[in-house]
Amino acid sequence: MALASLPHLSGMKKNDSRFNPYDDNGGSIVAIGGDNYLLIASDTRLSTGYSIYTRNQSKLFQVSNKSIVGCSGCWCDTLTLTRLINARMQMYLHEHNKEMSTPALAQMISTMLYYKRFFPYYVSVVMGGLEPDGSGWVYSYDPIGNLERSKFHAGGSSGALLQPLLDNQVGLKNIQNIVEESITLEKASRIVQDVFISAAERDIYTGDEIHIMCITADGIKEEKVDLRKD
Amino acid sequence: MFEVSALHNFGFPANSLDLLGNNEFQTINDDPIGHFHTPITTATSVLGLAFDNGVILAADTLGSYGSLARFKNISRVLKVNKNIILGVGGDYADFQYLKELVNGKMIGEECLEDNVPLKPASLHCWLTRVLYQRRSKVDPLWNNVLIAGVQNKTPYLGFIDKLGTAVKDTVIATGFGAHIAVPLLRNGVQKKPNMNKQEAEELIVKCMEVLYYRDARSFNKYELGIITPDEVQIKGPISIKANWDISQYVSGYE
Amino acid sequence: MFRNQYDSDVTVWSPQGRIHQVEYAMEAVKLGSATVGLKNKTHAVLVALKRAASELSAYQKKLFPIDEHVGISISGLTADARMLSRYMRTECLNYKYAHDAPLPLNRLLLKLGNKMQVCTQRYDKRPYGVGLLIAGYDDSGPHIYQTCPSANYYDCRAMAIGSRSQSARTYLEKHLDIFPNCATEELVAHGLRALRDTLPNEVELTVKNVSIGIVGVDTTYKEFAENETARYLSMIEGEERRGAPPTGTDPVAPDDGSENEPRDPEPVVAMDTE
Repeated sequence: MALASLPHLSGMKKNDSRFNPYDDNGGSIVAIGGDNYLLIASDTRLSTGYSIYTRNQSKLFQVSNKSIVGCSGCWCDTLTLTRLINARMQMYLHEHNKEMSTPALAQMISTMLYYKRFFPYYVSVVMGGLEPDGSGWVYSYDPIGNLERSKFHAGGSSGALLQPLLDNQVGLKNIQNIVEESITLEKASRIVQDVFISAAERDIYTGDEIHIMCITADGIKEEKVDLRKD
Repeated sequence: MFEVSALHNFGFPANSLDLLGNNEFQTINDDPIGHFHTPITTATSVLGLAFDNGVILAADTLGSYGSLARFKNISRVLKVNKNIILGVGGDYADFQYLKELVNGKMIGEECLEDNVPLKPASLHCWLTRVLYQRRSKVDPLWNNVLIAGVQNKTPYLGFIDKLGTAVKDTVIATGFGAHIAVPLLRNGVQKKPNMNKQEAEELIVKCMEVLYYRDARSFNKYELGIITPDEVQIKGPISIKANWDISQYVSGYE
Repeated sequence: MFRNQYDSDVTVWSPQGRIHQVEYAMEAVKLGSATVGLKNKTHAVLVALKRAASELSAYQKKLFPIDEHVGISISGLTADARMLSRYMRTECLNYKYAHDAPLPLNRLLLKLGNKMQVCTQRYDKRPYGVGLLIAGYDDSGPHIYQTCPSANYYDCRAMAIGSRSQSARTYLEKHLDIFPNCATEELVAHGLRALRDTLPNEVELTVKNVSIGIVGVDTTYKEFAENETARYLSMIEGEERRGAPPTGTDPVAPDDGSENEPRDPEPVVAMDTE
């Protein structure tokens, strides 16, 4: 019998014959920077297709006392990228005798992503941190390192779903007769929980739990809040 | 036609010359990467379950060649050291390579003679790097790996796929088991959160039986790997005593 | 300065079986200011005396962080120490990247020892002119290691290297039995006392000329800031100095037990210093 006559091998179609080095493991990240805090949250579901790998995988990575990286998308790329960031943070610490600042980290992540321009890390990165003046800022990236600095951002599988909601609720866009003022940590925390609950309703790749981290001058606090698990 | 074309390709199946022109690559030389990105001899699901003071793994002993049950007595649950066991599914040749790689590493560690036993989390991370680097060369090791062990007296169960996707959980199953066994295992854990070794073994055995009934690439012989702080056991091959009595009532499909 | 026909480079043996270039490098360690390392059951501590090259310059750094679980103090050529610390940092980082765990100390020392040994065997290299005290914490507990330019390294309960360090070693030997069970704060104080014994009578330990590094269980490696150093210095303030330092130079007596054999001229110092 010729091997090619084996149905599982000879029947290969054009599209399944090539190895695909990427996977979409889902997950969402939302970050809000305030006058004296930075709030960043991710869900804890890790999936592939219609299967859930685990219900308990945060996508937040604390890389210094002042900044947290949120990373979702292709999980194997996330793992690699964040390990490299951690290594680079330690190298910086040893070379400069101080922790890397949030703006410096922001630029470094952009460079690291662009370094893989032609075989990108297939990830959506949202990094948040306190800047030297104590204010919280959010840096968001596309997979090849385009970088935007803002006060709030939603990334990952529910990014497109949540961003307009944040524009309205945090950025106070499309609201008439409103006094623009920065929102408090309590309000930001409520909004973050609400938007994740909303995302979990519509996005099968977001759910299980929210992992919330908050950086203030006093340090970093963590919290977990339940989401729907179906 | 297939017979002829297969000869031209030295009998290799993956990029066989297809005279009907259905394949993307006309000859081996047209493959831009030059590798066969496809598993040949494959092994099906691996199950893993953490219990109160250890972890249990299970995998059957079948090596399939497509739908052909080609090798019926292969082993793919192995002891790495006194705190780690592995269970591997997917391509069997890649598994054998991986096994040698791990053995080589363990010999290297042994030669240091420093009594620093490798921990499951470390091997998990290391194997993740290995698999990720191979996927980044677009030349993956086509495997799913479960790493089970005991670290600081607590159970450790980790998973890696061929991309280098690494996950840590208390219940993990690969392949068809991810669909069939995971719900059963999670259900068992929910009912009895802190199972002992015996209860965990019973649950895993039940899952292997269900998989044997439902997974066409599974087999009625399997091995168990059980790791606790006190001992590492590789049990088996164990036979599933299947009950096909009901099959006589299935009719009308002939 | 001594010379003899068998010290032209590191590949030359003397008929007595010695390698003079390596021994000269060993002398370089004794030129650096003193540093002390000691440990109890949970922590390892490094204490170092800093020197300023002149009134105009800052005090020379003596402690280097390597990883979250390792720090070193140095005596000898600072530039050589920086190369070694960079190597150790890289090794720790690579291990952490691949294994998600800190590099065990004995493995770090094995790698470092192998690297240093190469320089004692090749004609186109020179030995590292620096001695290190390496403090670290891993699964087998706290460690103090000492390395030499000869590429030997030793697992120590306590050690002191550098200029006039014999006095510190005398102190450490005298109190060796109490270190394992003493409180970590007291351990630091012992380190400071040992270091103080190396000082000439007219010199005092101050927050400017002392560095303290600590690592241990639930304690990632850190060097104390001046205010913390001051707190520890106040613990030994006003105490009478024990074991008054010898007035002469460091006792150098490499006893090779071959008194009746013909001997090479012995190096006292490798080069002239002020």
